[in-house]
Amino acid sequence: MADEHLLAIIVDSFWKILLPGLTMTIPLTIISFTLALLLAVIAALVQFADLKGLKQLARFYIWVFRGTPLLVQLFVVFYGLPNIGILIDPFPAAVLVFSFNEGAYCAETIRSALESVPKGQFEAGLCVGMSYMQIMRRIILPQALRTAFPPLSNSLIAMVKDTSLAANITVSEMFMATQRIVARTYEPLLLYIEVGLIYLLFSSVLTFLQRLGEKKLSTYGNQEG
Amino acid sequence: MLEIKDLHKSFGSHEVLKGLDLSVQQGDVVAVLGPSGSGKTTLLRCLNFLETAQSGTMNFDGDLFNLKYITKKEIASVRKKTAFVFQNYNLFRNKTALQNVTEGLIIARKLSKKEALEKGMYALDKVGLSAKYDAYPHQLSGGQQQRVAIARALASDPEIIYFDEPTSALDPTLIGEVLSVMRKLAEEGMTMLVVTHEMNFARNVSNKVIFMMDGEIIETKTAKDFFNNPEQACIKTFLRTYLNSDEGSQSYELRRVNEEV
Repeated sequence: MADEHLLAIIVDSFWKILLPGLTMTIPLTIISFTLALLLAVIAALVQFADLKGLKQLARFYIWVFRGTPLLVQLFVVFYGLPNIGILIDPFPAAVLVFSFNEGAYCAETIRSALESVPKGQFEAGLCVGMSYMQIMRRIILPQALRTAFPPLSNSLIAMVKDTSLAANITVSEMFMATQRIVARTYEPLLLYIEVGLIYLLFSSVLTFLQRLGEKKLSTYGNQEG
Repeated sequence: MLEIKDLHKSFGSHEVLKGLDLSVQQGDVVAVLGPSGSGKTTLLRCLNFLETAQSGTMNFDGDLFNLKYITKKEIASVRKKTAFVFQNYNLFRNKTALQNVTEGLIIARKLSKKEALEKGMYALDKVGLSAKYDAYPHQLSGGQQQRVAIARALASDPEIIYFDEPTSALDPTLIGEVLSVMRKLAEEGMTMLVVTHEMNFARNVSNKVIFMMDGEIIETKTAKDFFNNPEQACIKTFLRTYLNSDEGSQSYELRRVNEEV
């Protein structure tokens, strides 16, 4: 009897948890990560190119967003900003915080990847007459992004799981959906494990995609010089 | 064709080049010799603006430039007529052999793709690597990479090619193939300025030798004169060290490739 009851809860809750996963968690991750990459490339490039002023701005941004808890950032934006008249809906607030937070980490990943490209690659570009921008776009960035791909995939996987924090600012994503079902059914162990497994499923898909991507990128080897 | 006057270059308080004068005529193959740390590589890098000189003038094809205040536009115009071969090849790692050769032609010189491909294949053929056009640098040996780098230099029809110790990073067995490509270029009349430790190349292929020491050019002579009638004591010592090691302590293979060259 008890087993059937539990099974019914699992089956019943599965779609109720997965659905917000598909409609909230995944879009939130994709949109935020895309914006994060954009921010990261910009923040990494202005540092790499040593653009005065902008470089300091990028360092400041990374310092702040890496140095404070993600949860605090979410609370400041969603619960704090209304105090000074800035009201942002839960979903855009989450996108804003996640992209700025993740962007700070990814900026460091991309900056170190840019710096790992040997100086000779740049000089060879100069010697065949290419401009700074042409060399960056066609020689340095492709090589750097290839180096950065595994750690960036890492960040993406971490982000999928971090989106569960958005439940705290009333984004009805997977974790919040689970909490609601727990409140109704009083089966926290079962349901929290279930939602954990769904996160694991998402991460596994990403891990698989990462492996495919790395394979594709390995057309040119990884040796020095 | 190329004339340098009073070239000075310091890194911090360390003066690496102490006022060099040098001239290269069209068709010259100039070997730049000298002990390590004498400033040979820095000289070459200054000539292609990979380093900015503190002072000095350059006369390239009748155009006069102040090396300290040279503008980006002027740099671009000189680079268009020159090419550079690095010690460690510096092939673009994310490009195939052919793409390495055509990249500059298409992107910097705005050649049509078709024209660039033709030129690229022709250049690769010249260094004996047209069959490897599709290979990425990591799939090639050091000698092959350096030959692709020479093809890349050739493809832009430069008036002069700078070689910065082109065989120093190579396994002794691979030096010969690179030197013979360079010899072929020299015979075809390409103007070349070659920093090298290959005494046989300097002796047999170059027509002029520049000897550097402590940031100064202390001797400029024809290759024949330099090797047959060394006058200064330090050059005699230098030659003794290098020629002895060329003939004495080297492996059989190296001696053989040197003989070929």
